[in-house]
Amino acid sequence: MALQSLDIRQRSATTTAAPQARHTIEVAKLIDVSACIGCKACQVACMEWNDVRDEVGHCVGVYDNPADLTENSWTVMRYAEVEQDGKLEWLIRKDGCMHCTDPGCLKACPSPGAIIQYANGIVDFHQENCIGCGYCITGCPFNVPRISKKDGKAYKCTLCSDRVAVNQAPACAKACPTGAIHFGSKEDMKDYAEKRIADLKERGYDKAGLYDPPGVGGTHVMYVLHHADRPDLYSGLPVNPSISPLVALWKGAAKPLATLALAGVALGSLFHYVMKGPNEVSKEIEEEVEKEAETEDTK
Amino acid sequence: MIRDPKDLQRYNAGERANHWVVGISFILLALSGLAFFHPAFFPLTQLFGGATWARILHPYVGVFMAFFFVLLFLRFYKLNRMTDADREWLSRVKEMVDGDDHNMPIQGKYNGGQKVMFWGMTVCMVLMTVSGLFMWRAQFAVPIELARIGAVVHAAAGAVMIALIMVHVYAAIWTKGTIRAMWYGTVTRAWAKQHHRAWYRQMTGR
Ligand code: HEM
Ligand code: SF4
Repeated sequence: MALQSLDIRQRSATTTAAPQARHTIEVAKLIDVSACIGCKACQVACMEWNDVRDEVGHCVGVYDNPADLTENSWTVMRYAEVEQDGKLEWLIRKDGCMHCTDPGCLKACPSPGAIIQYANGIVDFHQENCIGCGYCITGCPFNVPRISKKDGKAYKCTLCSDRVAVNQAPACAKACPTGAIHFGSKEDMKDYAEKRIADLKERGYDKAGLYDPPGVGGTHVMYVLHHADRPDLYSGLPVNPSISPLVALWKGAAKPLATLALAGVALGSLFHYVMKGPNEVSKEIEEEVEKEAETEDTK
Repeated sequence: MIRDPKDLQRYNAGERANHWVVGISFILLALSGLAFFHPAFFPLTQLFGGATWARILHPYVGVFMAFFFVLLFLRFYKLNRMTDADREWLSRVKEMVDGDDHNMPIQGKYNGGQKVMFWGMTVCMVLMTVSGLFMWRAQFAVPIELARIGAVVHAAAGAVMIALIMVHVYAAIWTKGTIRAMWYGTVTRAWAKQHHRAWYRQMTGR
């Protein structure tokens, strides 16, 4: 038996039940956006712990660097300058995988065991089973997975599943100098968020709230936002994310039904042959044609 | 190698080779595509040297087949124009399926069913090619909504097309004396007279 913290709840492209005897608590990372100073210590810690190094890029005119998630940058800070009611605000959000309870990536993945959801809620990509089709990108409502140009495999934040397995907080949470990144059980994180939200409300952010979107069944990375009514202000955080209806249609009941229909056509053909017999040329026409040929020969 | 010199030539060598190129490509595409379609078919990836190879090869085979399908289309589309006789034939297709073709209207080189098959496959082929390119993440990055639409269309048109091809192949097996037309191109006069009498008359002048 594997480490309890690595018990599996869901496995991509697998139609039978996952082991369910043991019950693990769900974990979550809480990112308190209001306490983040945008220093990128978390980005550095992520690269260090996971031994990934992005190419040194160039300045694109804003602080975002690298400008987007890549196969080597599993988390990036996004900086939005937002003007509301004549007030300028600098909204900084740590972007990366949200570890959805209902993960679109896992739903879309065609390769058994390439995407795993652990019982603790972490969604992990197992690159050794990844075939590089990119269906996870098609399925993800947050535009997170990235395919490496080097090896054609998909990568994203693991929520430091290797650290969590041995009871350590993710590297980013460990490194954050202001304590903006918290890690613990999902329940504890919600309780703590509540306190932070009460505090923010007291300071005049009356729309402060928790981002734990129900459209994907909640997430295991949550944000405390000062403007929870406008998640889109934070560099386009989706307002009400859910798995796209197109992806649901693509991966829904239609496929097993289509499979049955195909089996029906194959078996239907077989039984048609068995019950009606082959469509042969009739004796009558064969004789007719022979006669025609004879008259031709005598000409 | 002596065959009956009275046999009628139905396909020339180029037409047969073109058809086989498309047919073999289609089987490779259907097997590798189904592997991604549903986990029940995933073991089919082993036929292609593993799942990653199946993923890499499928779209290239697709583009290859699309090219040869265009050639096949250009060879045959003129012969597949629908006529009133075809519509009449289609309205009575039930008798045909029941194995009784005595009262079926006289057909030219292709009957109404074959023509519907031709146009159905043409539509599917266009849908498969365009949607397949939208899904080809290793080559193109299309907007995410297009990739999603592509996935739905590719899976749906793929299933329809596999069903059409099964019917196409079965019809050839069911109608005795047909498959040789794709092996070496000829059919017997009796076969032609029974199944495609108008074509028979045109070929023999009778
Ligand atoms: C004509 C050009 C075609 C192109 C460019 C193409 C491309 C693709 C691509 C890129 C994928 C995703 C997997 C991968 O990356 O390998 C795919 C999946 C698939 N292809 Fe094709 N393909 C083509 C034709 C066909 C044909 C003729 C069939 C036959 C039925 C087919 C059946 C499928 C199926 C069933 C899937 C899985 C869809 C799913 O996951 O639901 N494809 N194709
Ligand atoms: S955010 Fe995207 S990659 Fe992360 S679990 Fe959700 S669907 Fe998967």
